[in-house]
Order: sequence, then structure tokens, then C-alpha cells
Amino acid sequence: MRYMMLIHHDETALAAAPQQELWQEYAAFNEALTKAGASNGERLKGSAAATTIRVQNGKKHVLDGPYVDTKEQFAGYFFVEAPDLDAAIAWAAQCPSARYGSIEIRPVVAPGAY
Amino acid sequence: MSGDEAACTAERVARDSYGRLVAFLAARTRDVAGAEDALAEAFTAALRMWPVDGVPLNPDAWLLTAARRRQLDAGRRRQTRTAGAAQLKIIAEELDEMAANPEPIPDRRLALMFACAHPAIERGMRTPLILQTILGLNAIEIGAAFLVSPATMGQRLVRAKARIKDIGIPFRIPEREELPERLDAVLDAIYAVYSKGWAEIGEADAPALVSEAIWLGRLIVSLLPEQPEAKGMLALMLYAEARHGARRDPGGRYVALEQQDTTLWDIPQIDLAEELLSAANRSGPSGRYQIEAAIQSAHAARRLLGVRNWPAIVALYDHLLALTGSPVVALNRAVALAETEGPDAALVAIADIAQDRRLQTYQPFWAAQAHLLARAGKKSESHQAFTQAVGLTADPAVRRYLLARRLALADA
Repeated sequence: MRYMMLIHHDETALAAAPQQELWQEYAAFNEALTKAGASNGERLKGSAAATTIRVQNGKKHVLDGPYVDTKEQFAGYFFVEAPDLDAAIAWAAQCPSARYGSIEIRPVVAPGAY
Repeated sequence: MSGDEAACTAERVARDSYGRLVAFLAARTRDVAGAEDALAEAFTAALRMWPVDGVPLNPDAWLLTAARRRQLDAGRRRQTRTAGAAQLKIIAEELDEMAANPEPIPDRRLALMFACAHPAIERGMRTPLILQTILGLNAIEIGAAFLVSPATMGQRLVRAKARIKDIGIPFRIPEREELPERLDAVLDAIYAVYSKGWAEIGEADAPALVSEAIWLGRLIVSLLPEQPEAKGMLALMLYAEARHGARRDPGGRYVALEQQDTTLWDIPQIDLAEELLSAANRSGPSGRYQIEAAIQSAHAARRLLGVRNWPAIVALYDHLLALTGSPVVALNRAVALAETEGPDAALVAIADIAQDRRLQTYQPFWAAQAHLLARAGKKSESHQAFTQAVGLTADPAVRRYLLARRLALADA
């Protein structure tokens, strides 16, 4: 099954982390992902850079800021192809971000299904 | 053969094989609901055909083949709108394999139980899921046991099964490093069934819950013979069950453990529990169920020795408390402490946990305090605690017992 891993960061905790060490770990993690045939993840700019759009009754609303203002903010994502949820959980637990927030695992709807 | 006989055979097969068949049918596709539907149709077909054609030599294999054909048909109907071709291929291959190879059906119930008790399944739904998938209980029966309306229970079961399939929860016995933690969830689910049946003594569905739990306990011990905690849990259930006949007097009145007539205890059941416990202790470190079973063993020793080793019981509770941090364990420890250091020491220990909000509505917390306060000569405080305990008791036999004890305060 194909899973999308949604990374949510506690931005303060992340900023306080030893940066060099963290991104080295991330480089190693990305390498492991690539070796397993998964695509590299992508990192997003912080929630301060977010803009949220909603159209209601034909009227466009533009909001400065993220969709929800919570302690942990959506920060990036990667995909894995895994035989089952346990394998996906193992990937999520290995991701350095798991220690600075949480990783939400969501199965991707298979093409053709609805 | 009459329709009744065929129905009886079908029922017996359903009891013995239901979980095995569901587990096998769902193992590769993870589609538990689909497996259940197919099996239900196979049973209906059996009730129609067996009275006419006779019961087949291997009823399990007959049902399995019939259910597989139905899965295949249902899959073909759906195939136009979903990408189910791979699953259909699996099923078709398995049908061919089964036809070529009349081996006994592989037992995948354990894998199914681990799927039902997966951490990604809501904790409160793990036990109901096991009851439904392994034992074939319906939402009405499960809802009644969990005080949830059948409609709500039905919906929650459907959602949990959809989740197993949609998010890819594996049907697999976990790897060694993860096994103990995952096994705990399976054991907890089974023990929850037993506790329910044990607490609801006198209720119509209580004996069924108790026997299902013990059946599941035996099953898990037979499937995982090297796991000490599984044996510990089965031993724990058997110790408690051995006292079943002594928990009420002939008039239906509640009898406290201390006052039970030990000649009414089921000795073979206790012996079996002792055997399981010593086998568990030989094969590994002590977990929660082994320690709880050891405490029960120490209580059961009264039958032989006439006395109990209270210091050993307190020490076991110390262990258990360190392991679980549970306020209920702390309460039981305090009650045992009263036997070694007196009621005042026990009341001091209870004062330490009295702040825990969970205990405020826990009947045994108030009943234990009431007994200890009475022993310490604090009559009016004891009276108040008994009143609290009575107010929190649903069981009429226990309520009568507590009221009698409260009345006895005045005479003491």
C-alpha cells in the first residue's frame, strides 16, 4: 500500500534542536528512503509563511496564517510504499521529525477506486 | 437427516470453526466484513443443502469453499468499479490450492486477534472486535455486554473493520521485539471479557462471557505456548473461576473471599491454574498477569494450609504496583497491608491514593475503606464509607451484604 506521511512539527522544539545534527540525521533518513525506492520527502517553510484560502458563496476569503493554529504545524511530507501499516509505522518512527512533533500516516486512495 | 440435525451440526461447526474460517478468509485481503458476509451466506446455504444432501465429511472445508465462491462472485460484481482484480486472483488461487490439497485449514485466528488488538484500533473496540470476529457474537450480544445500544455497537464494529482494511493493518503475529506489548493488548481484551462476566454474576449473559473468555484464553495458550503472560492470564481466570460456587450462599447472598467455604472451591480448576502458573514462572519474567495469578495462588493456599502468607501477598502487590502504577492495585495492596500491619497502616496507605479521581466512583474503594475504618474502631467514618459504597453498587447481593455490615457497626 502507498502511504503519505504528514509531518507535523512543534516549531519551537524544532528551532531549539541542535540543527546540524538534526539535518545530518535527515540526510541519512532521506538516503534510506531513496534506497527503499521511495521518493524524497519535501520540507515546507514554517507556518508563518502560510496563507489559507476559502471560497464561500462565491466570495474568496484570504487568511494570513495556517489552516489551524495549533502547537504542531504541518511541516512536510514523504511517501512510502509499504506492505502494511506496521511497515509504515516503522518508517514514521525512524523519521527524525517524530521526535519534534508527530507523523500522521494516511493511506493513499488507489487509482481507479472511489 | 432432518433439518434440525443439520441445523445442530451447522451450529456446532459455527461454534468451533467460526473464528478459524473468518481468519482464513480475511487473512490475505484484510477484508473482515467481506469474509463475515461470505461465511454467513455459506452457513445459510449449508442449512438449505445439508438436510437434503447430508452433512459433508469435512464441514469446515465445505463452508470455506462455499464462502470463497461467494467472495469471488461479490468481487466480480464489484470489479467494474474498484481495483479488486488482485484480490480476486488471490482468492481464485486459494480455491485451486484448496481443491488440490485437502489439508486442514491453517489456523490464522491469532493473526486476526493481533489485527483486532492493533494499537491503530481504538482501545475500547478491540475486545468487541475479537468477540465478533473470533466467536461470531453479534452486535446485539456485544452491545448488551458493553452497555452500548446494538445500533451504535454495530456501527462502531463496521467502522473498525473498515479501518483494518483501509489502513492496511496486518494479519500477523508481531516481531519478537514488539510481541510482548502487542500480546498485552490481546490478553487485556480477553481478560476484559472475563472481568465483565465475573462482575455480572447472576446476569443472564455472564456465564457465556466467562466461558468465551476462558475458551479464548485456552486458545491463546495453545497458539503461543512459549508466552508466559498468556499462561499467567489463563491461570488468573481459572483461579477466580474456581471460587465461583463459593461467591454466593444458597440464598443468593454475597460471600466475601475471607468468609468463603473453601470446600466449595473447584479443586481441579485450582490445580490446573497452579500448573499453568508454575509453567509460566519457569518460562520467563513476571508480567502483570503472572503476578496477579501468583496473588490468587497465595489466596488459594488457604484451602490447604488454612492460613495465607500475607507478607508474600503484600510483596507481590508491591511488584504489581511498580509495574502498573494502577490506583486499583494500590488499593488492593493497602487491603493486604491491613493483615500484616493492621488497619491503621492500611488507612494511611489509602489516604495516599484517595486524591485519585478515578477512585471516587469506584465501589471497592469505598467498601475497602468502610471495612478498614470499622476494624480501626472509627464507626461514624465507616458508616459514611459504607453508605458511599452502597450507593455505587449495582449488584443487589453485594448491596444487601454492605447494608448488613453497616448495620452490624452499631452492635460492635
